[in-house]
Amino acid sequence: MKSKCRNNLLFFLFVASSFFLVSCGSDNSEFDSEGRKIVYIGHAGPLTGPIAHLGKDNENGVKLAIQEANDRNISLDGQTISFKVVSVDDEGKESKTTLVAQKLVDTNVSGVIGHLNSGTTIPASKIYHDEGIPQISPSATNVNYTNQGFPAAFRVMANDKQQGSALANFAINDISANKIAVIDDRTAYGKGLADIFEDTVKGLGGIISSREFTDVTKSDFTAILTKIKGLNVDLIFYAGMDVQGGPMLKQLDNLGLNVNFLTGDGCQTLQFIELAGKSSQGVYASSPGVPLDRMPGGISFNSKYEQTFNQSIQIYGPYAYDATNTLIDAMVKANSYLPENYLPFLKNIQFKGVTGDISFDEKGDINRGSISMYQVKNNKWEYLKTLGDN
Amino acid sequence: MDIFFQQVINGLVIGSVYALVALGYTMVYGILGIINFAHGEVVMIGAMVALSIILFLFQFDIPIFLSIALVFIGAIIFCSLLAFCIEKIAYKPLRNAPRLAPLITAIGVSILLQNIAMLIWGRQYYSFPQIFNNDTYQIFGIANITTIQIIIILISLVTMFLLFYFINKTQYGMAMRATSEDKNAAKLMGIEINNVISITFIVGASLAAVAGILIAANYGIAHYSMGFMLGLKAFTAAVLGGIGNIVGAVIGGLLLGLIESLGAGYIEKLTFGFMGSNYQDVIAFLVLVLVLVIKPNGLVGEKSSTKV
Repeated sequence: MKSKCRNNLLFFLFVASSFFLVSCGSDNSEFDSEGRKIVYIGHAGPLTGPIAHLGKDNENGVKLAIQEANDRNISLDGQTISFKVVSVDDEGKESKTTLVAQKLVDTNVSGVIGHLNSGTTIPASKIYHDEGIPQISPSATNVNYTNQGFPAAFRVMANDKQQGSALANFAINDISANKIAVIDDRTAYGKGLADIFEDTVKGLGGIISSREFTDVTKSDFTAILTKIKGLNVDLIFYAGMDVQGGPMLKQLDNLGLNVNFLTGDGCQTLQFIELAGKSSQGVYASSPGVPLDRMPGGISFNSKYEQTFNQSIQIYGPYAYDATNTLIDAMVKANSYLPENYLPFLKNIQFKGVTGDISFDEKGDINRGSISMYQVKNNKWEYLKTLGDN
Repeated sequence: MDIFFQQVINGLVIGSVYALVALGYTMVYGILGIINFAHGEVVMIGAMVALSIILFLFQFDIPIFLSIALVFIGAIIFCSLLAFCIEKIAYKPLRNAPRLAPLITAIGVSILLQNIAMLIWGRQYYSFPQIFNNDTYQIFGIANITTIQIIIILISLVTMFLLFYFINKTQYGMAMRATSEDKNAAKLMGIEINNVISITFIVGASLAAVAGILIAANYGIAHYSMGFMLGLKAFTAAVLGGIGNIVGAVIGGLLLGLIESLGAGYIEKLTFGFMGSNYQDVIAFLVLVLVLVIKPNGLVGEKSSTKV
């Protein structure tokens, strides 16, 4: 009995001590080996999970910007600065996002580029706001992000209000759709975009024949697609991500449903075409901003990106790159990396990025954000047109 | 009417998948009295291993029939070995432990398998390659069904008949039934119960591997987390039909598939627009609760007599 008690006690001590050892985490040094002051820039996004390919894309954009900034040997407030990326994985999940946001805050980041999804960006923004850390999202499009009134929350592409109405206008005017079925994936992004689309369509005189729902765990959409088949619609609009949009297209084809398919930026990716295969032919999608070759610095950025990372840009990489550079530019203009000093400069910034001119309105949205429309032709996304700058 | 028929076909396809996986749950429960929560993950592993084999075979120029055969055989062998090991390592030591212990262990094995798969294959969603022509056929000119979907339904029915025959009409099947009734008495009668139990797991795992490949081929997608929800629903189907009962598993599976499909398609009409297709999961589980309240042993489950 005694020996058993002792063994239990030893086991407990072992477990407890390993917890302590694990929690003695990384050390945040202030200066690097060459005596330069380290300034941490946080990046948050889904580095694992179904949309890890997009999260990695963002991370690459940030890393490239940081690498170039360090090559420029920037000096702030008399100190030579070495920028370092602190990249955290929010897995695209709302349950994880606040944890990683707190981790970034604890690491003393001077600014955050992130997150990727609207569903993760919005809760995390509260944490950054409470600490006064400026945040620029390269891809979160839900309007609620900038509706919160946080002075330090920004985004570098158009939001869903612009995207949803652009999509609705395209549906009614360009595709001449009259009866439309809407499917959303019940995420903050999907629901938000679908709601705006629906409202705008109704305002333009279109008919919403049905509103269906799925969720991110599902891979079988035959039931809702069959239901839609019985409603004789001209167009199906899907607000969600590529990992479900792809299989959805395949099932659409198998069911013999011959209607136009319109979707948002969540599906305007290479992964979507890969998953949908030849069913992707003819699909329309929107994306904030303009295609790479129409961006002021797009083509040169593309070759730089591919050379550095040996992979193609997924979608938001250039925006992450510009967001990072905008942040750094504000620091340079303020001659300080401290948020309280450079934030006013960030609010009034006029920066020429590879994606275009960047300046923010009073809410933190980008001025003159545009939405572009694309269509899949021969397994590639072909650019159609850009719909208005707001 | 056409739409209704298509929804029925959709439901039968989904249901057949549930049925194939539910058979694994029901057999293990029948023999050992435990719910093998790891079974859903074995399905996933079957799909992922098949994916890896296909990608490997792409480098060589092999006739299609041979590659299909290799993929199935490879996945079945791998999953059978996996299930065999799981049984020996995680469940056998707990054969005489209180019922809760193997239950928790099963959940642990499930999490373990999912995480190992994540480490091996990563978290991304893979596009499952199409290795043969998946044509679409029209039934009576009003509903569509693809080659793979037909195969799914056929395999599930054929499997049910084969298993039913095996367990009820063969000597080895009698040994399995004896073991499920009373392990120790069966041992006393000279039945090698360790072998019986291992065979049960291997058969279940083989079905899981086949199900995994068919699912991945049907949806064109495979990923480390595809087993979780499927396992949960298949287990629900097994309970719905009567857990421990072979026919019950298939009936439960098909029924659950039909309810999901018809539910998602008609719930808006049935509730006059009050509930939409976002409640499709709610319907399935609601039906489960109702069935169990009225028939606690499931639809075709028999009341098991309490041991004195």
